Amino acid sequence: MLQIISLLMENKAGALMRVTGLLTARGYNIESLTVARTLDSGLSRMTIAVDIEPHGRRQLIKQMNKLINVLQATDLTEGPAVIREMVLMRVRAPQESRTSILKESEIFGARVVDSTVEGFALEATGDTEKLDEFINIMQSYGEIEVSRSGAVAVSLESKKLRLSPPIPRGEAVLVEEKNGVA
Amino acid sequence: MSQLMSGAKILLECLSREGVEVIFGYPGGVTLPFYDALYDHPIRHVLVRHEQNAAFAAQGYSRSTGRVGVCCATSGPGATNLVTGLVDAMMDSIPIVALTGQVSTKLIGTDAFQEADTFGITRSATKHNYLVKNIKDLPSVIHEAFYIAASGRPGPVLIDVTKDVFMGNAHYEPVNSIHLPGYKVYTEGHTGQIRRAAQMILEAERPMIYAGGGIVLGNAHDELRELVEAIDAPAVCTLMGLGGLPSEHPNFISMPGMHGSYAANMAMSGADLLIALGVRFDDRVTGRLAAFAPHAKIIHVDIDPAEISKIRNADLPIVGDLKRILPKLTANIREIQSESGSPDRPGLKAWWKQVRAWKEENPLVPVYSTSEIKPQHLMAEIDRISGGKAIVTSDVGQHQMWAAQLIRYNAPRLWINSGGLGSMGFGLPSAIGAQFANPDQLVFSIVGDGGFQMSLPELATLMNYGLPVKIIVMNNGYLGMVRQWQELFYNNRLSSVTLDSFPDPSLLAGAYGFKGRTIEHPSELIGALREAIEYNGPYLLNVKVTPTENVYPMVPSGGAINEMVLGPVQPSPVV
Repeated sequence: MLQIISLLMENKAGALMRVTGLLTARGYNIESLTVARTLDSGLSRMTIAVDIEPHGRRQLIKQMNKLINVLQATDLTEGPAVIREMVLMRVRAPQESRTSILKESEIFGARVVDSTVEGFALEATGDTEKLDEFINIMQSYGEIEVSRSGAVAVSLESKKLRLSPPIPRGEAVLVEEKNGVA
Repeated sequence: MSQLMSGAKILLECLSREGVEVIFGYPGGVTLPFYDALYDHPIRHVLVRHEQNAAFAAQGYSRSTGRVGVCCATSGPGATNLVTGLVDAMMDSIPIVALTGQVSTKLIGTDAFQEADTFGITRSATKHNYLVKNIKDLPSVIHEAFYIAASGRPGPVLIDVTKDVFMGNAHYEPVNSIHLPGYKVYTEGHTGQIRRAAQMILEAERPMIYAGGGIVLGNAHDELRELVEAIDAPAVCTLMGLGGLPSEHPNFISMPGMHGSYAANMAMSGADLLIALGVRFDDRVTGRLAAFAPHAKIIHVDIDPAEISKIRNADLPIVGDLKRILPKLTANIREIQSESGSPDRPGLKAWWKQVRAWKEENPLVPVYSTSEIKPQHLMAEIDRISGGKAIVTSDVGQHQMWAAQLIRYNAPRLWINSGGLGSMGFGLPSAIGAQFANPDQLVFSIVGDGGFQMSLPELATLMNYGLPVKIIVMNNGYLGMVRQWQELFYNNRLSSVTLDSFPDPSLLAGAYGFKGRTIEHPSELIGALREAIEYNGPYLLNVKVTPTENVYPMVPSGGAINEMVLGPVQPSPVV
């Protein structure tokens, strides 16, 4: 089963590499990854879908939480969460199949975002299984081209975000005191 | 009132504010502006002969003092040469800050001369790293780097600075506060958990203290001793924790693990409670995990939450700083004891009887010969001279294990070795850092003939800075530990482990201007060691030892730690 991890992190160069580096160093293949800034433009929200054997999961979340740029890493796999994906699709639609393509799209709640003599560009959102099904059906009409966003997720319970306060710095004395140097 | 300053000067100013007194480094093209600023700056620079050794020397400085060590290298090859030293510091949680030069911002990504993706390459080699492309970021980055390196679970931090940042000018305002919202440092420990730990400890019949590098890193040695005495349990220190409890402490039963003492491994295996303090259940300690401490519940105290239950499930975890937690744990134990009127602990008496019996059954004692110098004999003589007080840096291999087994360390930060990464070549450059930080202390660098030759160029550094390190080469003519494994597990097919053509030490040391000598008879040992110590300056003592001596006890790979091979004759496992 895929594990869905949600991360709130600083929107800084290299932050993405630190997170994915933890996965690649352990030989895990990332199934999907989405990242975009949050309401606070200094922060990003990342959703990763990755296949990890059960005993490695907690360790990985802990390692992610240790990253300086990560404010919070949460495993949403079992917790209450909404997980959605978006698909954009180009379908070849000759005259005789146009009506049924539109009907099928309606069933799946997909929208037509572009229409030409050759066919349609469709947009759909939903959970992964539903989108798989939609793609399957559309394939029966002929050649399609698909681009999927990968999972985006939001937790349904608010988890308290604990941030560290600013730290006074600069006096050499501070370092020595900290290290207990005589 | 801000002042217009160059990036190089701002960097030095921030280093001064962090209390830096010395940088171990090697200059190059893009760090020219930095070295120019360093020219008339009070911070000292020690010119090593290879960048890897700058990182090791910074570690030696840090490991022997507890302060953050600083090393510096230029872009490209300078930076890539640091990598082994960084990973080594990462594995052993040593706080160092590495400064590297980077090509100018506009040249990044153009395959410029001496360009390498240092930021990318060192991502997994550091606790955190920075690429500074804007001079305005420089002060806060420096202060953040030192804070991250030294706080929490310590580790290496690298700062890659572009040449244009060094050369640019900016109004410098001292930074008095840094903000790392996502960086969590745990200190106090959970009060309820500490109370429960105290109860568990007093209920245990066969408690055992398993103390690691965290005790040394956290300066919690005094607090450990008080805890050990409050519980009165037998205690082991891991390879990284040696000196955390004085070797001469009556409760100390030496090091556990692959080459640990018989008593330590038997006691770990027989305990009903392991009090694991600042340890990470390393595979060299646990042996076959399924058979490790099979009867024990685990109390695990560590500053890094990711260490809890990483390898062995903790029955009672406490996350925080050992220096803060151990006194509370001791106080709780004393409190419960006085509440219950200090009842007898008959189980503990029986346990001590058993542990003492194990200690007597197979003590860790040196091996002697009248015709050749046994490596253990060498260590015993060094131990006698040191009296538990000298700094000993070690390389990696057989000599490292014997030096850990047979030399006493009565204080923390005396025993300096590459534990986690096991980097050969570590012994000599780390001694440079340690001796620089402790000019009046006796520093032995015990190395094998293999690892020593990996760091040969640093002989010049020793001479250059007048560092009177006593280099003791335990010369068996082999890559001894690999040879030992080939002998025991590969039918003695000795493949590429013979080290012929070792240079004549008197000529070698003489070429650098100090004294060296070879000895090969036991009768020469005491006199030669005395001569080395009395010599004013560095000394290279090449000690030819029994070539095929093996390190025992030994837990074969994949074995349980109570299934030790105790000596060369009988390979039958001890039950």
